[in-house]
Amino acid sequence: MSREPRTFAEVLRMNLGAVTARASVRIVAAFRERSWLIGETVFPFLSMSTFVLVYRGLHAPPAFEAFAVLGGAMIAYWNNVLWSMASQFFWEKEQGQLQLYLITPVSRMSILLGMALGGMLATTTRALVILAAGLWLFHVPFPLDRVPGALGLFLLTLGALYGLGMILSSVFLLWGREAWNTVTLFQEPVYLASGFYFPVRALGTLVASVAGLIPITLGLDGIRQIFYGDAARGFLPLAWIVPIQAALLVVYLFLAHRALLTMENLGKREGRLTIRGG
Amino acid sequence: MSAPTKGPAIETAGLTRTFHTRRERDVLALRGVDLRVERGECFGLLGPNGAGKSTLIKILTTLLLPTSGSARVAGFDVAKEPLAVRHRINLVSGGDSSGYGILTVRETLHLFARFYGVPWPEAKRRAEELMEITGLGPKADTRMSGLSTGMKQKVNFARGFMSDPEIIFLDEPTLGLDVEASRAIRSFIARWVRERPDRTVLLTTHYMVEADELCWRVAIIDHGKILALDTPRALKRALPEETVFVVHLAAPPPAGWDAGIAGIESAIQQTHPGTGGAELRLTLREDQVIGEVLGAFRHREIPVLDLTKHEPSLESVFVSLVGRGLDEADAPDAEASA
Repeated sequence: MSREPRTFAEVLRMNLGAVTARASVRIVAAFRERSWLIGETVFPFLSMSTFVLVYRGLHAPPAFEAFAVLGGAMIAYWNNVLWSMASQFFWEKEQGQLQLYLITPVSRMSILLGMALGGMLATTTRALVILAAGLWLFHVPFPLDRVPGALGLFLLTLGALYGLGMILSSVFLLWGREAWNTVTLFQEPVYLASGFYFPVRALGTLVASVAGLIPITLGLDGIRQIFYGDAARGFLPLAWIVPIQAALLVVYLFLAHRALLTMENLGKREGRLTIRGG
Repeated sequence: MSAPTKGPAIETAGLTRTFHTRRERDVLALRGVDLRVERGECFGLLGPNGAGKSTLIKILTTLLLPTSGSARVAGFDVAKEPLAVRHRINLVSGGDSSGYGILTVRETLHLFARFYGVPWPEAKRRAEELMEITGLGPKADTRMSGLSTGMKQKVNFARGFMSDPEIIFLDEPTLGLDVEASRAIRSFIARWVRERPDRTVLLTTHYMVEADELCWRVAIIDHGKILALDTPRALKRALPEETVFVVHLAAPPPAGWDAGIAGIESAIQQTHPGTGGAELRLTLREDQVIGEVLGAFRHREIPVLDLTKHEPSLESVFVSLVGRGLDEADAPDAEASA
């Protein structure tokens, strides 16, 4: 019989085991099913190339081409959050698998964290491929000495972004069968509102501020500023972006935890956790 | 957290569950279920679709809250102490498959072991053992996406045992499996219970033979109410239908052959003119009386060609209680949505 953990260390070990277990599915999938890799790198790369070529045709500053390359790489994360985080619990329920997770003695946050961590790692390969191809093909300027600072903000952004994905996974589960349409609804508008291919400042203060709730918006804005300074035409000063992203990370993780509890309690009261197609 | 290790494995008192639906009237899926399953028992729950079996299992496995009443599993309240319950249980729902198409059978079993904190060497040993027993061994490195439905179901079944639970809930575990696979699973359950006297199985099934073969006690449930609860033998004995022994003899017995055998309640004899043999249909007060009957034939040197015992089946118990067979019209109830 498996022994119930008694100390905090044992509980932590068990939950970390769950995090790595769930993350491993994503990582194994990323390397075993290479067709996904092609599908998820080629299309963002083509969109990115279009923007780079348009900027080049218009004789825009070289930093603009770099914006498109960085945005193209970051799109992979947004797609991953939508398709593999937000809608994941819904699909798990449809397959009758959600109940298997819910009867396990680990925290639901561990399962979500595992999904997020696995998603981040798997998507990083795709993002790196897009980034490397963009840099290599278009020879955009990329100051390597600024990579450590940009990487710090990038990791903070990813944390907050996947925190948002964790909230959405509970929300989408409660929305039920409309998840697919909802995902589609969120995908394209965010490409625009988050300024994946252009400085988000161009959208105006109001739209850019609202879009800032999606961590990738300010994350991209800040990373561009780290790399290209004033040429990045930043929306908010970098000194503001870091604490905002840190706050979003904390708030989103807290809300994700609350959303999970709400989802589970509501599901248990209304019998929605195991209804398939419902 | 860990405290109760005594008392029944499962205990419910006045358990009710209502489903509120938007379009139709509220559906009462469980109506005051009182149940006590002892530790170490293999307990069967029989009922048609919509009877409330799955709703009851979902409450006991902490997936659903009761509307009223209480339920304790391994001594813990399912509504107030769900985590303590989850450490001690597992669930296998027939017809479901577990895991991801991209993972192999072995990886799937290892994956679920990690959610229960099973140490790696132990998880490895259990996975190999379970794959061997369920016949999944040759498919250990096959991706789940490449398995047949039956094989996927076997993986799901093996997954349920990876945590070596104190109490396992098997909800129609052989649903849709072929005869051979069903037999393998039944023999695994029987062996698991035999080898681990402290473990408990709660099994719901459509197949009467399965319940008869595996379960020590059976509850028959319909429309959310338990209609009868006893050992399969006692349930069958309670029927007006009697056990009949049919004896084929090489020659008709002489008149008065049964003189001195007090336990024979009725004996109907039919001779077969073609073969010169005879068939006797005997109703006995107790099964042991058949020994005296056979002794009487031996004494008179009448060879016994064949002896069969016809008992009322659980199916007939079910029909007498529910008014229809398991495969007939299902209860128009909430189970499909539970």
